[in-house]
Amino acid sequence: MKLGFLVDLNLCMGCKGCEVACKVENEVPLSSWRLRVKYIDIGTFPDTSRSFTPLRCNHCESAPCERICPVSALHYLENGIVNVDSSRCIGCAGCMMACPYGAIYMDPETNTADKCTYCAHRVESGMMPACVVVCPVQANIFGDVDDENSHISQYIMEHQGAVQVRKPEKHTSPKHFYVGGGNQTLNPLAQQRLEGYNLFNNVTHLKHIGDPHESVIDRFTEPFRSEEKLDNRSFMDFDNNTHESHEEEGGH
Amino acid sequence: MENTIHATQAIVTLDVALPGIIWGWMITLNMWAKSVGTGVILVGAFLLYRHKKEEMPNLRWMMPLIAFIFLNIFLLFTLADLHHPYRMLNIFLHPHWTSAITVGAWMASIFTGLITILMLIGYFDAHPDVRRNGACAKMARANSGLYEKLFPFVVFLAVPVTLYTAIIMAEASARELWQAPAEVMQMMWAALMAGSAGLIFISGSWSKESRRDLALVLAVATFFSFMMYMGEYFFSFKSAEAEATLAYVHSGGAYNTEFWFGMALGFIIPFFLAVSNMKSDNKTLLRFAAILALVGLYMAKDVWLKIPQMLSLS
Repeated sequence: MKLGFLVDLNLCMGCKGCEVACKVENEVPLSSWRLRVKYIDIGTFPDTSRSFTPLRCNHCESAPCERICPVSALHYLENGIVNVDSSRCIGCAGCMMACPYGAIYMDPETNTADKCTYCAHRVESGMMPACVVVCPVQANIFGDVDDENSHISQYIMEHQGAVQVRKPEKHTSPKHFYVGGGNQTLNPLAQQRLEGYNLFNNVTHLKHIGDPHESVIDRFTEPFRSEEKLDNRSFMDFDNNTHESHEEEGGH
Repeated sequence: MENTIHATQAIVTLDVALPGIIWGWMITLNMWAKSVGTGVILVGAFLLYRHKKEEMPNLRWMMPLIAFIFLNIFLLFTLADLHHPYRMLNIFLHPHWTSAITVGAWMASIFTGLITILMLIGYFDAHPDVRRNGACAKMARANSGLYEKLFPFVVFLAVPVTLYTAIIMAEASARELWQAPAEVMQMMWAALMAGSAGLIFISGSWSKESRRDLALVLAVATFFSFMMYMGEYFFSFKSAEAEATLAYVHSGGAYNTEFWFGMALGFIIPFFLAVSNMKSDNKTLLRFAAILALVGLYMAKDVWLKIPQMLSLS
């Protein structure tokens, strides 16, 4: 069994339902993402179009993140999923340096590397990943690419010649495919990226979910710190809450 | 739409923020300190091969002492950069041998252990009045001959400990700039530069000939390292990603300034100072060259580490 993913970009309408479902299902903290939908505008006025590209871990057959992880926190499951064991992760960020798709993040709550696992916990109990279930146009197709009769295999066969993976030159053998993509949508170097279109540039975290910018000393003293009494009531004090402005969060 | 890339006419209009620099100054310091730590052993071995021990009276104990100090700086910042420093133990309890980080951690730990033994033997041999009755001192003095037996293995091990960082960089396959085979040689030149610079500070009482050899190593290492940086900087033959990374530096800004300061301070000026010192012995100028080389090397490594991380990967 080799589980794979296919996104038909011709169907995706950029509703971000998958992004939200993933956040909720996996409790992904603010400023981090396992799955995101990127908007790209193509062409010159008046001949322009907007495309939407969902981006997540590619679950590569030859995964650079698995290779560089010094403690096997990143490991393969029998079904081909590249899984993360956060209790073993030492937080060296080697996987973040190795992943050619920028799909791994450092979880600010646990201070460990994390990423899309194709919802391995759901798959284990016979369910589809959260992003697949929520997609209103069935642009996300998930299944066993080793099984000729699976929906994903049939879809790949039907769209021969139009199925693409990101960065094939990296020889990572991704198990995440796109239909209807092109250089403009799948190659980040082909896209102009201007400041000001980003979400969540400078998120202020509440005390109980950790601080991504904690000091080095904090990392060493963390196991010896006692639980502090938290006072996050000020967060609910909307009238006097001046520092949680949209501007600070980089929102628009 | 006037800002789109000319050929593709594609512009990102909504996305999350780029993660920015993840491996920062601590990793730079880590690499720099390791260069000094292994470099003094490699250059020290070269000097011991070329000259008699009597010409360099303090080398036997100062060389492992410098290596010990800088290897501990390297290990400290390796730990400090981890988000879970205490889980470093997992590298030894659950090692994953395809990872150069694992192999490097094991080698560097063994290397530091051997250096500690050399340092203790060398120090207590050189200072017979210190802790005459101490158990550790007694044991070190009793095993004085172990130094010469261990030293060849330490020199042999210094080579992979120097080079494994280049393999980590190569395994970090998302960053094309680090994928060049030249990175391996850059690590070796950096170690020879840093090692000769480190030993220059303790060479005051050495013979002129041995100091001239130190200047020679510094001059050769700075020259070839500089040439390799220039080759990579100007004649990029690599992937589109590496070219895009370098284009960011070429276009000016903070990293452009840091890069050229690094080149001038760490490579060009020390090269000429070292060459002039080979003709006429001047300890002060040579020490000045050593300081500049160490500062410039840090800056060059810092730029090379950070710039590929500015690129959007997805």
